[in-house]
Order: sequence, then structure tokens, then C-alpha cells
Amino acid sequence: MSGVLIRGGRLVDPVNGVDEQLDLLLADGVVRAIGESAAAAASATAAGSGDAGEGIDATGQVVLPGLIDIHVHLRQPGFEYKETLASGLRAAASGGFTGVCPIPNTNPVSDTRPDMEFLRREARRLGLINLWPVGAVTIGQEGEQLTEFGELRKGGAVALSDDGHPIAQPAIMRRALEYSKKHQLPILVHGEELGLSDGGAMNEGPIATRLGLPGSPCAAESALIARDIEIAALAGGRVHFMHVSCARSVELIRRARQEGVPVTAETGPHYLHLTDEAVIGYRTNTKMYPPLRTSADVAAVRAGVADGTLGVVATDHAPHAAYEKAVEFDQAPNGITGLETAVPLMVRLIDEGVITWQQLALAMSSNPAQIIGVERGNLSLGAVADVTVIDPELQWTYDETTCHSRSQNSPFWGHSLTGRATHCLVAGRPVLRDCQVEARPAAAAEAVAG
Amino acid sequence: MATTTRANAAATAAGAGARAATRDTAVAAADREGRGTPAPWAKRHLLSLEELSCDEIGVLLDTAESFKEVLTRDVKKVPSLRGKTVANLFFEPSTRTRTSFEIAAKRLSADIINFQAAGSSVQKGESLVDTALNIQAMQADTVVVRHASSGASQLLARELDCSVVNAGDGIHEHPTQGLLDIFTIRERRDLEGLHVCLVGDIRHSRVARSNIWGLIKLGAQVTVCGPPTLIPHGIEEIGANVAYDLDSVLPTVDVLNILRIQFERQHGAFFPSIREYAVEYGISVERLRQAREEVLILHPQPMHRGIEIAAEVADGHHSAILDQVTNGVAVRMAVLFHTTLASSGPDS
Repeated sequence: MSGVLIRGGRLVDPVNGVDEQLDLLLADGVVRAIGESAAAAASATAAGSGDAGEGIDATGQVVLPGLIDIHVHLRQPGFEYKETLASGLRAAASGGFTGVCPIPNTNPVSDTRPDMEFLRREARRLGLINLWPVGAVTIGQEGEQLTEFGELRKGGAVALSDDGHPIAQPAIMRRALEYSKKHQLPILVHGEELGLSDGGAMNEGPIATRLGLPGSPCAAESALIARDIEIAALAGGRVHFMHVSCARSVELIRRARQEGVPVTAETGPHYLHLTDEAVIGYRTNTKMYPPLRTSADVAAVRAGVADGTLGVVATDHAPHAAYEKAVEFDQAPNGITGLETAVPLMVRLIDEGVITWQQLALAMSSNPAQIIGVERGNLSLGAVADVTVIDPELQWTYDETTCHSRSQNSPFWGHSLTGRATHCLVAGRPVLRDCQVEARPAAAAEAVAG
Repeated sequence: MATTTRANAAATAAGAGARAATRDTAVAAADREGRGTPAPWAKRHLLSLEELSCDEIGVLLDTAESFKEVLTRDVKKVPSLRGKTVANLFFEPSTRTRTSFEIAAKRLSADIINFQAAGSSVQKGESLVDTALNIQAMQADTVVVRHASSGASQLLARELDCSVVNAGDGIHEHPTQGLLDIFTIRERRDLEGLHVCLVGDIRHSRVARSNIWGLIKLGAQVTVCGPPTLIPHGIEEIGANVAYDLDSVLPTVDVLNILRIQFERQHGAFFPSIREYAVEYGISVERLRQAREEVLILHPQPMHRGIEIAAEVADGHHSAILDQVTNGVAVRMAVLFHTTLASSGPDS
């Protein structure tokens, strides 16, 4: 089989401590050769078969293990008017992701083995990027009866989450964590003490007071995180805190990790750049849970990403139809799209000197892969050839011409952005080529199922 | 330090003089034209007092003053908005404000439509924007909107081509109420350095927010006073002082603006009992004795007599509560006049 030679790029692979200009040869779905041997092997293959294979000129670009987003809402089944697996996976590929984990708050809730199998089957049929499903922790995400973790695992679930519907009963959370130990599934926690957020539509504080919008205090997030740290210390299992947004939460997680409590955490690109001042004007594309916080929180979340406390950056891609967002602020649904803007927002963070490319690769590839237990997130010889190539200088506009999602509910809509994924390869197969998503990707179904 | 104080005093005096001059011009112009003054006003919408400058508030108050004179005439009507259509779009129950806007529009010779929508747009199945677009399609020049959601008027201002006047949006602002409160104070006192205390449910009060913005821009000092649970987070950053103990602030207060407890907006208990609230924050005759002799009492109404205000105080000689209602018509005439003409130009 002919390979793909990625020439002249800056290869960043934190797992192997690599950060230098190196060629990369992908063949037979895996990393075949790195550096000078890559070009040599490519020409040897070409000489042998008369097929020069495919070449990608990555000069001036950064070559990373394929990006993985462990927190996306792809809305199928049930909300296909917001997003479908087809549109969502195309948006993901366009955004530079080679794998995503859809959250189960679909309709019906994805809480059974057949639900997991449906998602994987559809993804295989689409033949684009990896889809690793997340099952619900409790049936219907109602916080009462545990789902069949073992069956979900067999169906392909890589994690469990009641995202959007935090488990109110501490005892249920404890049992879920204890039970999850047999099946090695992390529980992704939506940190919100509903009794404290109390219908809040934005961050509680002076801006909310000015705008007359009900506020949700940081403590609504940190209180639930504190509770679940204690439960994790008691029960074991693995807790992963989703979309961490405020300083107190970062501090609690940092301390828990220092003490050896089995918790990991993520934040979203928007929490690294926007504050609650963005809500002034009542534009509903600034409404999400958790809400945008203060500049002090942004600084703390950035520090958390920089020191690895928040080891993962995930988008919480949450598409909504335009008409659903064209309403009064307090009536609008929470959430913004994120798959297609994550790379430029993270490149901006590198430009601002907050993180390095190594840290980006850890937060968006290696660490997510480790948390969900998939053999990805590195470019070792023989590793599955999921690769993302990013042009950090490329300027583009996030608008109808570039958007693949069915929805456009983003505070960055219409913005000119710098940095974009140019190529994505899944098991060595190009799914994004020169910023264009492959129209009909070759059906390498089994490799995708990986 | 001393220099700064003198400079401030000079600036204050100059400011007061400038305001007085504007007022005279406005009244004179209104007398000449039989309609409001073509004072500098460019805003198509009135959404909040936060977004207005001191001068813009002055323009509205001055125009209101000239219109108030119209209301005392035998024929209480001017042709200023003849041929214009004002639509009252009320998504929350209201008698006073809706009627006040209706009278104001009629005094200006505008046609007025009342659109009373029950419940929120979501419950109704039609979106707020769709409802408003329909009203606009009936050729309304100005939409007056009251809605339970903060920011609703701003949403409409973005989506509609006509003028939008905010008649109360959620707990955000109620700019015409703020204006009429300030107008009522300004008739009696110089606002510069005046100490105004808003008492009661600040958290759920759009009236409080409009008062704070407007009064501070005009040089008054504002204290908000109520149970800590009803003082919203960060209100100090707008510029208001916060007090929990009414009796400790009363001796220095020039104006008491007494707010209603907004039971309909409170989810859960914000204070233990109405009785304790009345004891701690109710304005009784005895409590009022601690205040300055010439203290002015305002209330945006509806009142709960015996809870936040004693009947004797509401009806007593300190009270300007019914004057507020009269002034409300003049202020709303000024607002409708300026916004409608900014939107479409005068009818020729």
C-alpha cells in the first residue's frame, strides 16, 4: 500500500519528547518512519512499486498526533435540526479533530449498548473520523438508576456522563464510581450544584447585576467539584471534570491531584479567552453553562492549563438552531459551537505565550486519549496514523463558507481567525486535505472502528 | 486637595447653570412651536438610562417640562406626532405604565395600539421577535415594550426598523420610571450632591437600576438599602452605596424612593417574614422622624400600604407619589416624541 509522506513540518509529539522539523511517513494505517528514514523509505517504496504515494508539504506547519475532543454534542438521535453525525463529524474534521466523543444527552438519551453501537455504526458508514461514544451514567440521565456499564463498554463506550444533568444524589455518584472500577470507564462530571446556580443565565457578579440577568455563582461549579473530589477519594474510580471555568474549581482540582485523588479535568477554549463582559448586549451566543466568568477566572483557568491541572481542552461543541437562540437571553438554550474554532483559539494561546505546542498536543490529543483509554495521542513508530497538521499562520473567517456544522451559534461567528488545521489523517487516510473535508472518504471502515 | 474641591465646585456650578439654560430654551421653544423642542437628540430607541449621557437625560427632562405645561392647558393636546403610530406591546400585566404611555401618545396626537400578550412568548408559541415584526408590519413607528426578560427591548431594537421604548425589561431597567422619578425630584431639589436612598427589593427592581444610573449621572449620591438577600451582587460597582440598616442612613437622606417587594419575581424566601420586613424597612411615621425635615417620599407603585410604607406617609405632606404619576405622562410624551422623530423624522 502506498503511504503518505508529510514533509518539512515541525513534528510535535509530547509522548516521545519530540519537537523538531522531521518528516513523517504513514503507511498501512500506522506511523512507518520518522525523520530522514521517512523520506528514504518513501522513495524506496516509490522505486519498488512505481507509486510515489501521496505527499503533504508541511513546511511552516505543525504536525501533531490527531486531535481528540472528548466533549461534543452531536445531537443525533433526536435533534438532527441542530446537528447530525454527518455534519458534526465533518465539522470536527474541518476543525482538525481525528476523533470525538459525543455526549449522550440525545433524544432518547444514549444509555444502552444498542445506542453505542448505532453511533459507531453510523460513524463507520460515514468513514470520516473516529467516534468514541460516551454513555449515560444513569438511565435517561435522571440521576437514579445506573445504566449497564458493562454492556455500554461492550457497545464501544469509552466514558460515562450525565452532562447537563449533574447527579444530585451523592450516594448515586459514589455507587457509579465504585461500579465503574470494573469497567475502567471514567465518569465525566458536569460541575453544577443546581440548588446554587438556581436558574442563573450568566456569571453572578456586577455585570449580571447591571444587565438584570439572574447570576450563577462560581460556587455552583466549585461546590459540586468539591463534593465529587471527596466522593472520588472515598470511592476510587476515575472522575473527569468537564468545562472547568473558575478559579476556585482550578484550585480544588490542583490540590486534589497533588493529594493523589484520581481526578482529571478539562476546560474549553472559550473559557481561556472570553469574560462575562461578552454578555453585554444580551447576545445569546455568549450563553453557555458554565457561564463566561471574570478576567481573574480566565487567568486561573489559563494557569490551570499551563501547569497541567486542567490536562484537557475540549470544546463542549453545542450546536443550536438559529431560531432557538434568537430569543430573550434568559430563555435561550445554553451552549456554543466549538469544533471549528478550537484550533485558532488555542494557537492564540500559544502566541500569547501561555502554553507551548507540546502542551497543546498533550491537552488536545495525548491526555484525552489516555483518559478515554484509546491507543492514540502519540506518533511512535507503529502507532495508529491519526495525524493533524496545523498552519499557525493561516488567516481565515469563520462564516458560511467555512462552517460545516449545521449550526452557527458561536461568539466567534464572522470573526477573522489565525491558525487552522490544513490536513487530518485517520489511520493514514486523508479526511481533511488543504482545509477541504473529503467529500467521500475511502471506506477504511475497520481501521476507523479501531 | 483644597484646589480639587474648588475646581469641583466651579464645575458643578457651571453644570447647573448650563442645565438651567437648556431648560429655559426648551420651554421657550415649546411655547413657540406648540410642540417639543428640536433639542439635540439622535437616539432611535430608549432602552436604558445606563446608555444615556447626562446631557441626553437633560434633553428628555427639559422636554418633559415643556410637555407638562401642555397637560395643564384647557386643550391638553399638541400635534407633535400626528400621523404616527405607537404600539404598546406588553408581555407583562401593567395598568399604570401602559395607561401612562397611552395617554402620552394621545396627548401627542399619535395613534395608539394596545397589544396585550398573555404570558411569555415561549409559552405562547410565537417568538417575541415574530410578534414584534408583525406589529411593525402594521406600520407602527414606535413600539413600547414591557417584558419579563431582561434585554428583551434590546433584542427588539436589534431586530426592528422602528423605534423601541423600554417600558420595563425583567429586572434590568425601567428607564421612563427612572426619568419620572428624577423629574419629580428635580422639580423640587437640585440633584447635585443630593442623597437619594432606594429602600427595599433592589435585587428584583428594574426601577432601582434605572434610578441609580440616572441619578449618579446627574450628580446625586445613591444609597441602596434592604435586606442583604435583596441587594444584588456588585451593585457598588455601578456607584451605589450599600446599607442594610435603614435607621443608620435615614438622618442623611434627602429623598426616599420606596420600592415594592416583588413577590412575583422572588423564587423562594429572601427574608423570614413580611412582618419582620415591615419592622426593619417599613417607612412608618415614627421612623420618618429620624429623616431630614424636608425629606421627599417617592414610590413607583403599586404600594403595599402597611408593609413598605405606612398609609400616613404615603398620603402625607412629604409624599410626591401622585405627582410622579402626573409627571410620568409628561416624561413619556418627551420620550415618545424624541424617539419617534429620531426614527422617522417630523411629519411635514
